[in-house]
Amino acid sequence: MTPTTPTVTPGTGHDAAHGHHGPPPEPTVFGLLAEFETADGMTNAAIKVQAAGYTRYDCFSPYPVADAADAMNFPKSEMGTVMFVGGLTGACTGFFMQYYLNAYGYSLNVGGRPYLSWPSFIPITFEMMVLTAALTGLFGLMALCGLPRYHHPLFNVPAFDRASRDRFFLCIELIDPKYDAVATRAFLNDLHPVSVEEVPE
Amino acid sequence: MATAELPTTHRAGLPPEPEMHPLILNKHGLVSIGDAIGGVVLNTKHPRGWWIGFLAGMAMLQILAISVAWLFYMGVGVWGINVPVAWGFAIVNFVWWIGIGHAGTLISAVLLLLHQKWRTSINRFSEAMTIFAVMCAGLFPLLHMGRPWFFYWLYPFPNVAGVWPQFRSPLTWDVFAVTTYFTVSLVFWYIGLIPDLAALRDQAQKRWQRILYGLLSLGWRGSAIHWRRYEKVYLILGGISTPLVLSVHTVVSFDFAVSIVPLWHATIFPPFFVAGAIYSGFAMVVAIMIPVRKWYKLEDFFSDHHMDIMGKVMLATGFLVTYGYFSELWMAWYGHSLYEWGTTMERMFGPYGWSYWCLIGFNCAFPLTFLWSKKIRTSPFWMELICISVLIGMWFERYVIVITLTREYVPAQWGKYAPTIWDYGTMIGSLGLFLTLFFLFIRYLPMISITEMRELLPRKQGGGGGHSIMENAP
Repeated sequence: MTPTTPTVTPGTGHDAAHGHHGPPPEPTVFGLLAEFETADGMTNAAIKVQAAGYTRYDCFSPYPVADAADAMNFPKSEMGTVMFVGGLTGACTGFFMQYYLNAYGYSLNVGGRPYLSWPSFIPITFEMMVLTAALTGLFGLMALCGLPRYHHPLFNVPAFDRASRDRFFLCIELIDPKYDAVATRAFLNDLHPVSVEEVPE
Repeated sequence: MATAELPTTHRAGLPPEPEMHPLILNKHGLVSIGDAIGGVVLNTKHPRGWWIGFLAGMAMLQILAISVAWLFYMGVGVWGINVPVAWGFAIVNFVWWIGIGHAGTLISAVLLLLHQKWRTSINRFSEAMTIFAVMCAGLFPLLHMGRPWFFYWLYPFPNVAGVWPQFRSPLTWDVFAVTTYFTVSLVFWYIGLIPDLAALRDQAQKRWQRILYGLLSLGWRGSAIHWRRYEKVYLILGGISTPLVLSVHTVVSFDFAVSIVPLWHATIFPPFFVAGAIYSGFAMVVAIMIPVRKWYKLEDFFSDHHMDIMGKVMLATGFLVTYGYFSELWMAWYGHSLYEWGTTMERMFGPYGWSYWCLIGFNCAFPLTFLWSKKIRTSPFWMELICISVLIGMWFERYVIVITLTREYVPAQWGKYAPTIWDYGTMIGSLGLFLTLFFLFIRYLPMISITEMRELLPRKQGGGGGHSIMENAP
């Protein structure tokens, strides 16, 4: 596969719809985007990019490719901890809400049962745990992934539409300390991509 | 389509590609899956079947509107409820709908944890069914309140009267269980939808579609880091939804079982209710999927093989339910309780005995005779017939349970129950609400998970080779 020339040149990525106020900003680049035909192509590239010492890069695929995340040295997600803490908070809140309200808020003596009749508080404690764990899961996922974010520079590359269809991408960002417009491009070209394009900011 | 030569060896540590029955028929690739499933949504021309289903649903929804308007104007007296049957159709339909909803969670969560790859074709579809079924279920207790605008009194909220709910009551548990179930199902469904919405955004040609799906997809880019977090959340949601779905129907059964009504006060109730829920829910999934896959030509994804497996699950849960009926009889006889046995006799041969035999016929005799045959399990016609029979049978199960109240301990307590036209109107109307929402769903959202079907595709066709959340998530 021969690498193609970039179809988007730096500085032309802005269209009028993104209109900035004031003087036009300096033409900048977000990074270099390599396109691969297969998940394995992307994963192998990620292994080499990681080995070469790049730190600010990411892979993009239409379905989860676990090998790529492993290659990027992100073996374990934080979401388990987030949801555990969320669920525990909900469970404690649920339990003590019931105890407080039925013992002190509005003391209910039903058949002489103790105010802390904890077995009857278990169902709601459980439901509250599941509810808060699920909600922290959703909002935690959005927060950690920085979503919703509708204007990511990657969307400036028309070919990136295929990241949700049948192509696999790897993007090395400009802010990576090892990034060099010429050397990084040459490096990516060696990884057998379909194409390497510059991503306008 | 990605058809290039793949490296033959994979990185060490990966389990080998699982051997399985081809779950996606014909030679699909990543693009053709997106076109086949996403095309249903993006292409604005819809088959005649869609219009038939949608308009039928809309027509029934009008019946709901009229019934509810009359109910609000006159009060709950327009229903046939009275002492001793104070809930009547409202609770029959509530339990029926909640039960139908449970299949969705079972398919999306429990089968996920059990590595059942065939669930991928039906999980989105059944999760949507769960959400709409829970909406229909929630309608009944709300309407039964008489003054539904005070529904928030069910929740603990600070008020001038200083009154708080009684948390030792299963009715309060029910409020929390159903609310949690609805919310968690919605979260589970939406998280599953995000990557698919992004795929639709990128695939759409029309501007409004790009905007709509773009907004809903939250700007999802398919980053490997995001995928890893996403899969972890999805896995944990599956893990916590599994006990949740069991807890919800258990709590629903507690509404009955903690009372001292003969035949209600039984420890068999929670498992018996859960099995019945799965039975009716699977029946609903198959009953709807059979016509829909034909209209939209989705036989490649929901094949006869799927129907065969679902038929087997129905056979197993059907027998669990039948065991429940047997156990009720046995305990009533063996327990030597005059009232248990007397109520059983009244249930089988009393004035409402016909409904008990309807239950046995529709729920046990007919489906459980024919589901044994593979030929019948893979025949759309027979499966449709069996599923409708199960849905009717499971409705009668709840009716039989509720009608027990007419023959309790002493004859002085005995009474009768007859639904009015407004009971039927509300029931048919809730079916209309369900169908309307359902047909809107298949028009505007992908009814099969595009992402998960791509994962299911063999590696040589460009897919993930069946490796999905259970293998990827750590």
